[in-house]
Amino acid sequence: MKKSTKVSKKRPLSLQEVADKAEKEGREGPGPGDKWDLRLYVAGQSPRSLTAFANLKKICEEHLKGRYNIEVVDLVKHPQLAAGDQILAIPTLVRKLPQPLRKIVGDLRDTERALVGLQLRQTEESK
Amino acid sequence: MAKVKQKQNTANRSLPKALTGIQGLDEITGGGFPRGRPTLICGSAGAGKTLLAMEFLIRGAMEFKEPGVFMAFEETAAELAQNVRSLGFDLDQLGEDKKLVVDFVRVERGEIDETGDYDLEGLFIRIGAAIDAIGATRVVLDTIENLFSGLQNQGILRAELRRLFRWLKDRGVTAVITAERGDGTLTRQGLEEYVSDCVILLDHRVTDQVSTRRLRIVKYRGTAHGTNEYPFLIDEDGFSVLPVTSLGLQHKVSDERISSGVPRLDTMLGGEGFYRGSTILISGTAGTGKTSLAAHLVDAACRRGERCLYFSFEESPAQMIRNMRSIGLNLETWARKNLLQFHSSRASFYGLEMHLAIIHKVVQQFDPQVVIIDPVGSLIQAGNKRDAHTMLIRLMDFLKMRQITAFLTNLTSGGEAIEKTDVEISSLVDTWLFVRDIELNGERNRALYVLKSRGMAHSNQLREFRLTKQGVDLLDVYVGPEGVLTGSSRLSQEVREKAAAMVRQEESERKERERTRKREALEARIAALRKEFEAEEDEAERDITQDLDREKLVAENRDAMAKSRQADVGQIAAAGTKKTQRSRNEKVNQS
Repeated sequence: MKKSTKVSKKRPLSLQEVADKAEKEGREGPGPGDKWDLRLYVAGQSPRSLTAFANLKKICEEHLKGRYNIEVVDLVKHPQLAAGDQILAIPTLVRKLPQPLRKIVGDLRDTERALVGLQLRQTEESK
Repeated sequence: MAKVKQKQNTANRSLPKALTGIQGLDEITGGGFPRGRPTLICGSAGAGKTLLAMEFLIRGAMEFKEPGVFMAFEETAAELAQNVRSLGFDLDQLGEDKKLVVDFVRVERGEIDETGDYDLEGLFIRIGAAIDAIGATRVVLDTIENLFSGLQNQGILRAELRRLFRWLKDRGVTAVITAERGDGTLTRQGLEEYVSDCVILLDHRVTDQVSTRRLRIVKYRGTAHGTNEYPFLIDEDGFSVLPVTSLGLQHKVSDERISSGVPRLDTMLGGEGFYRGSTILISGTAGTGKTSLAAHLVDAACRRGERCLYFSFEESPAQMIRNMRSIGLNLETWARKNLLQFHSSRASFYGLEMHLAIIHKVVQQFDPQVVIIDPVGSLIQAGNKRDAHTMLIRLMDFLKMRQITAFLTNLTSGGEAIEKTDVEISSLVDTWLFVRDIELNGERNRALYVLKSRGMAHSNQLREFRLTKQGVDLLDVYVGPEGVLTGSSRLSQEVREKAAAMVRQEESERKERERTRKREALEARIAALRKEFEAEEDEAERDITQDLDREKLVAENRDAMAKSRQADVGQIAAAGTKKTQRSRNEKVNQS
């Protein structure tokens, strides 16, 4: 029994440990100097789309001033673009940069959740 | 043709339908899925939902000029194309021809965060764009329930799905939605609540290690539909559903008679053989020559230039050919001329439906005039008795409809009542032959009789059935005071009879000879008597002549005497001639 515990300690990282590590690294998120490339998919000038854009603008101004770029894609005008980012729900915000790609659906009304989704909450804390 | 059918449906019923083009499915749905409405296909994993949906689209695009959109939530376009390529469908080509669009919608859990309100307008737009791109009238959503794993807000999702189905209806497309079967419910997410026009349930169950696929129309609003569970199968030609129920007894009948290949058997069957298109059953215990009789029928049919299909569940084609060669039938010739096709498989290899479907398919492809199923009882091994029975009814109806003469063999086991078939099809067959063995004096012989034969005056006689190098031979059995004798008892009885006859003949010949001899003897005696008589006659005559001579001499002497005595000549002469007797006496006295 004792022997076996010793062996397990010497063993390289278990799968669980690898997963934990990966998650930890992932949570660290983008660094403060990163350039943000965001794309907001909307469908026409619906109130929800407008709300989403307004909310996004607000968050970006607050947290990413000067280093963000928002591209609004109107799927009513360009339906073929929906397939590229696998858009189902409207509105959907896609963080193209920094990597990895993230998607947030909804009108971004819940700012806290939006920040977590964009991994801005952690960056805030790390500052 | 499809268009005509479509029109008829529209005219006859209030609900327009879209033909699926899938074999059998249009039959039981009465013309396909409801046109312009969503249809839900549910079933557990591997039940064939995706394939059914895909075939609906492909056939729509290829056969009915109805382009389709396939929204794939599970598999990518490339995977789907690969899956259906094995069925002979080229998705890429259809895509290029703008007949089909496959759009893969990736839904992945954890990738999406949700904040606040949203709707599925993105999906609507994608479907709408795809529909508009090719003017599609058919849409498949496979499997839309995957959305539930990707998006967390069920309230929004359900509302949006309801809106989606409404929207599809408004667009007038015939939609097929597939869904995984839930625990105790038709679908895991209760989609049947939203799609209520037509719900089809696919089922894949394994009973006794044999799998069968079944399809049931759970509901179909506004139309009459078959409510049974119909077996279906998926093979290299795609999906096919087999309506289980009989199509009704409306098939044409033929007065044409065909030879059984055994002249003597034809004689027993009213002198002309079987009716074309009839169902013939031959039952008997093991090794009684059922297969050989079947082979004779095949041989006779091929000689007439007809095509035969032989479904064998016991022997391989090579073995059949070899065995039949031993009774003088060369089936290989016919096989090579493509008049005869063998289909050998173990009965337990597939489920019953698969067998039925294979038989259907092969019959449709080969279009034979004669079909042999040898033995029909093995099919029970592939399913249960009731299923086998249903299937055989179905099969017989199918063959009858096509005017195919069906020859089924059935093995009866020793203990059972002989006039009974395992699958109780005896009442369905038109002609029932029975081969039984008669065991007597330490040997076993075969005897054949016609148990029934509808519509012909058939023989009621038992015939001895022999397998010779020249094929099947039917002989009269010996029926006499000793009972029914066959085989060597018959032979020895015949020999005995022959001996007895010989004895009888010799006896009569002997009698004949006796008679001749007697006659000859009699005749000889008659001749002898006659000879004797003739001899006596001669003697008498001679005596008389001598007497006369002597008398004459006496008279002359007397005359001379008288002359010499100078007597009255005239008186004496007269006395001499008149009283000869006295003169003779006198002469005696004188001497």
